[in-house]
Amino acid sequence: MPPLNTSSLPDLIFTLLFFFMMVTTMREVTLKVQFKLPQATELQKLEKKSLVTFIYVGKPTNEFRAKMGSESRIQLNDAFAEVSEIQDYIAQEKSSMKEEDQPYMTVSLKVDKETKMGIVTDIKQALREAYALKINYSAVNSN
Amino acid sequence: MARKKRKVEEVNSSSTADIAFLLLIFFLLTTSMDTDKGLARRLPPPIPKDQKEQDVDIKKRNLLPILVNSQNQILAGSDFIEIGQLRERVKEFVLNANDDPHMPEKIEEDIPFFGKMMITKNHVISLMNDVGTEYQAYISVQNELVGAYNELRNDLSKSKFGKSFDQLGEEEQKAVMKVYPMKISEAEPKNYGGK
Repeated sequence: MPPLNTSSLPDLIFTLLFFFMMVTTMREVTLKVQFKLPQATELQKLEKKSLVTFIYVGKPTNEFRAKMGSESRIQLNDAFAEVSEIQDYIAQEKSSMKEEDQPYMTVSLKVDKETKMGIVTDIKQALREAYALKINYSAVNSN
Repeated sequence: MARKKRKVEEVNSSSTADIAFLLLIFFLLTTSMDTDKGLARRLPPPIPKDQKEQDVDIKKRNLLPILVNSQNQILAGSDFIEIGQLRERVKEFVLNANDDPHMPEKIEEDIPFFGKMMITKNHVISLMNDVGTEYQAYISVQNELVGAYNELRNDLSKSKFGKSFDQLGEEEQKAVMKVYPMKISEAEPKNYGGK
């Protein structure tokens, strides 16, 4: 019996490889807060990743707990932040976009489901002030 | 015969597969196929600082206040309801099928595809929450509101075009959205004497 011809195996694997390289979106930030997203059913997909800015809210992860306490905190990019810093952050993100894209900027709120609304309301007010009006409450499908 | 002519040795490529495999595994591991999903919302523009908060005149019948308190209980209109009942309550309110004088007023509007229709154009659902409300409760309420609108739009699309709302063309979607405009106001935050 002739041995199985494996000469096309690399090609096959490469195709798979390219597929995964295409769909991969590297996570740009290291999360310093942990969150479980709330559940919902009427979800819409978040389009155009390049126009999306993320704001994370949740309890600090274990390594930061000693320093930051266990209250819910906001994370922008790689650092913890206060509500007052959000406006500057949004302005900065906005200016780094192309001008024609700026009106389509979306802010995705990734908030832990046990967070109190106080902090979320503050963030929403800050976003309004910064004219980032398109927001998306990130959630997971419940079924 | 042909073998003897060949001088240049071929590069040994038997390990390409292994290299590709390694890369593949790396990408497999780092891939997070998380298609981000969520509830899309539009915030109202900020109130200019020099302007006093203006009372927008909304007739009482056009307004459905929904309050979520710090115990995550829901008050819709004037009665406590469970989250499961909210969707029906909102649909009833937006639809106002029987032209109830306590429900939003109906105004005749000319809409493409549908012609003249009586719609509850001026209805507003006002969503308020307490500082201590849990985020999950808030999202659940938001979800039910969006769900109510989606169901209404879907029903209308099915009866008019025989297709679900997602499958309609852009113009048709616009028309349906005009019949049931989504009017959810997230009120200015207030502290309702929680803890």
